Amino acid sequence: MTVPAVVQQPLSLHTLATFRRFIRWLTSAQVALALIMLVLMFYMIIIPLYRMVETTVTWQAHDLTRVPDAVVGELTIFHYVRMLTGVFGRIYMYTPLQHSMTVAIGATLLSLLIGGSLAWLVVRTDMPGRKLVNQLAVIPYIMPSWTLAQAWLVLFKNRLSGGTPGVFEFLVGHSPPNWLSYGPVPIIICAALHYYTFFFLFVSAALMSIDSNLEEAGELMGASRWRILRKITFPLVLPAILSGFIMTFSKVMGTFGGPNILGTPVRYYVVATMIRGSMGVGDKADSFVLAIVLILFSVITISLNQRLIGTRKSYETIGGRGFVAQVSKLGKKKYALRTAVIIFQILVIVLPLGLLILSTVMLRDGNYSFSNLSLQHWIGARNTIYNHGEPGVLRNPKIYKTAWNSIRLSLWTAFFTALLGVLLGYAIVKGRGTRLSKLVEQLAYIPYVIPGIAFGAVYIAMFIKPLGPIPALYGTFALLVVVSVAKHIPYSSRSGVSAMMQVGRELEEAGQIAGANVWQRFRCLIFPLTSAGFVAGFLLTFITTMRELSLIILLVTPQTQVLASQTMFYIENGDGQMANVVILILISIVALANFIIGRFRGGSLKQGLGM
Amino acid sequence: MDTTITIKNLTKRFGQVVAVDNVSLTIEPGAFLTLLGPSGCGKTTLLRCVAGLEDPERGEICIGDKLVFSYAKGIALPPGQRDLGLVFQNYALWPHMTVYKNMTFALEIQKLPKAEIEKRVQASLAEVHMEGYEDRYPREMSGGQQQRIALARMLAYRPKLFLMDEPLSNLDARLRMDMRAEIKRLHRVAGATTIYVTHDQVEALTMSSNIAVMKEGVLQQVDTPDAVYHYPANLFVADFIGNPKINLLEGVADGYGSVNLGKFRLAVDTHSAPPKVVVAVRPEDISISTQPDPEAVEFTAYSVLPSGADSTIVARLEDIEITVKEAGTSKIKMDDKIWLKFDPPTLNLYDQVSGNLIVPRN
Repeated sequence: MTVPAVVQQPLSLHTLATFRRFIRWLTSAQVALALIMLVLMFYMIIIPLYRMVETTVTWQAHDLTRVPDAVVGELTIFHYVRMLTGVFGRIYMYTPLQHSMTVAIGATLLSLLIGGSLAWLVVRTDMPGRKLVNQLAVIPYIMPSWTLAQAWLVLFKNRLSGGTPGVFEFLVGHSPPNWLSYGPVPIIICAALHYYTFFFLFVSAALMSIDSNLEEAGELMGASRWRILRKITFPLVLPAILSGFIMTFSKVMGTFGGPNILGTPVRYYVVATMIRGSMGVGDKADSFVLAIVLILFSVITISLNQRLIGTRKSYETIGGRGFVAQVSKLGKKKYALRTAVIIFQILVIVLPLGLLILSTVMLRDGNYSFSNLSLQHWIGARNTIYNHGEPGVLRNPKIYKTAWNSIRLSLWTAFFTALLGVLLGYAIVKGRGTRLSKLVEQLAYIPYVIPGIAFGAVYIAMFIKPLGPIPALYGTFALLVVVSVAKHIPYSSRSGVSAMMQVGRELEEAGQIAGANVWQRFRCLIFPLTSAGFVAGFLLTFITTMRELSLIILLVTPQTQVLASQTMFYIENGDGQMANVVILILISIVALANFIIGRFRGGSLKQGLGM
Repeated sequence: MDTTITIKNLTKRFGQVVAVDNVSLTIEPGAFLTLLGPSGCGKTTLLRCVAGLEDPERGEICIGDKLVFSYAKGIALPPGQRDLGLVFQNYALWPHMTVYKNMTFALEIQKLPKAEIEKRVQASLAEVHMEGYEDRYPREMSGGQQQRIALARMLAYRPKLFLMDEPLSNLDARLRMDMRAEIKRLHRVAGATTIYVTHDQVEALTMSSNIAVMKEGVLQQVDTPDAVYHYPANLFVADFIGNPKINLLEGVADGYGSVNLGKFRLAVDTHSAPPKVVVAVRPEDISISTQPDPEAVEFTAYSVLPSGADSTIVARLEDIEITVKEAGTSKIKMDDKIWLKFDPPTLNLYDQVSGNLIVPRN
């Protein structure tokens, strides 16, 4: 007779109530969804990163050849010592890092110059033909990033490798110097001509959103045109420039195609090509150390940038509202300027494509006579003399399989990315203000700071062995889909959030009042209401996946080859002309998809940028 | 209809902010209760708690004899099972559905027979005078029409409880007047218990059977419009309700059944009043005259603001300023000498410290 039974009763009632409240919290749509998303992202992002770091700090079987008394699996700093000090450090780490920095900074500055001036001309001057310039300006970005590099070689190739003359040599009569054919100069130029689109879009959006009253106020106070540009316009555009800077810099740091085509032949290695190189000789741990350094560099750059801009999301806040902008009068120069700009754009778009087409219709590379014209590389039959005995691309069953892989990969990735976008947007927006929602948003941001090639490396570490319910995915097609979807998470969550914000909470609440359950609300309300964004996101992801190379180059196998990686293998095999045929096919598919996007309202390239 | 709404000790926090603070409220069957208060006072949150769109931290809510929320028991029915309809401030019509689909969405979820659905849609559209709009999309209608459809959508559910969250705030002044009359009529016809949220005191006074005034999450007064207007429970309610604003005059109760306002005295029952008080008097309860009157106090007309049906006169006596409302267009000119006469039964007395009404009358 110590505790009366009456006291027990409310206690268990209390427990029951707490339990009910917990279940209700757990099963509320946004919490359940947020938790599912957390688990998903944990598997797709956190565990792979952890596995990669783990590999670099433990002895690997591969190390036994160098250190016979190593115990596989034990902790060690061997890989870091090896890669960061001495001759090895210099060859594998510091020189490539220096090259990566040179290329990234050079390309970023050149992109700023090109993209910034084009944006200013289009938005803020009375230059004729601005609309055309605006439309042409984004085309180089639609083409795969290494298209320009391949075209560059067709034009400026010298006798250093391959032994055949380029178009330049044919026209001018002597071989171009090495610095023009290979190495940092062409890498920087080709990267800048591709990635200037970031600056162009960001800066033009910022210029459009500046209320020209601010500038007029300056003018009324008697400030000169130049002073206004420097003191008022520039500070207002600065966040856009910094955003363009991170995007371009981290993209170039992680890019593989251009440096591999233009750098590797003269042993000008950057970190991205070095990662692939050491992965190729089976030194996983070594290439992971390189990947980690690359990730750290990217993280430092981006966080420095954020410190400067002040907020992580500043790149989202640009754009939107259009003000009546005050236009600078260019005077007589405007026609000359228009001609120069259009010629530049044609040089960047038409010339590379022309060069690629030219190279594919020459039977033997470097022979510029009419008799050498041939469709061998397109439709020729199997002939041991050409392309290591492979038939022309359009007759080649392997290419059809590869093209199908590309399309399949892009479709699945686009579908899952768009779906994940809506779900992430829902979980984040509905839970706004809760720690759970913040956590989901922050996790979703991580792939953004991991350069493409490093992200691929992360995935090698992850899926070689089975993990929990997930089988070993290495070498499977599914792995390519998973990595592509994972890399797209930051963009899909961002567009999902903005789509959900537009829908607003009342429309769903009206559904709750009407008695609709979660599934009915998603099926009848949320999916239809976000469908425009879904379709736009789907098509944009399709395009970006189609021409993605850096991300998947480490993960493809002969069975899962896609068009983008196939071009690279042809190039490395010395079959550059075959590669160019494949590039042209790839560009056609992407152009078609882009044309379809244009038909859908609400789909703008800006949304899909950087994917 | 016999749906009583009982709210007991309800508390809802958002982080550090207490949006609804220990609110207890009983709403009689068929009542039209308005939650009235300035923006941020928690009225919408209270409504959303009743609807089931927010999860409170404490308390209980009963709709009829159904316990829809109890923190202590861990019960919270989803909105769809609470037998209520809600009209949102921005209407929340689904833009991708026609009027017909908007209205039938809930009915199809309830799996009502086709004929019944059709009957209800037609009846509800007729009630809001929107027959023939079935195939329109929300964007093809004006704000006022969307508002009517939002009402019709709720009517089609046939809920026991109507909830309305500032439904008229997005309409222009003229339309708002019309819709007030319509909604009051609808309530009378349907007879459902209604909770109506607004920050507009005129809406509250004209439409409600009961008003609950809120401030910073706390209920200030729950009463009929008449009582809220004539006998505000505290200075906040007195000040919040009425246009032009009520006159609040600080003074000292001198124990002789009068309050000393410095320049003059007012005869008020000061029995049980503390020394420091506030006298509250509505502008229309003061009579104004241009002729001297021994029982009146002499003021100067500081400003005269005629507005057709009535005129507002701002009267001054040194630092005392009093607003008076006079019917019709006033003959008084600015700077005229005027005499104000106060009617003791219309004066309310408040404690200066607590702000509460003293000597409540019946």
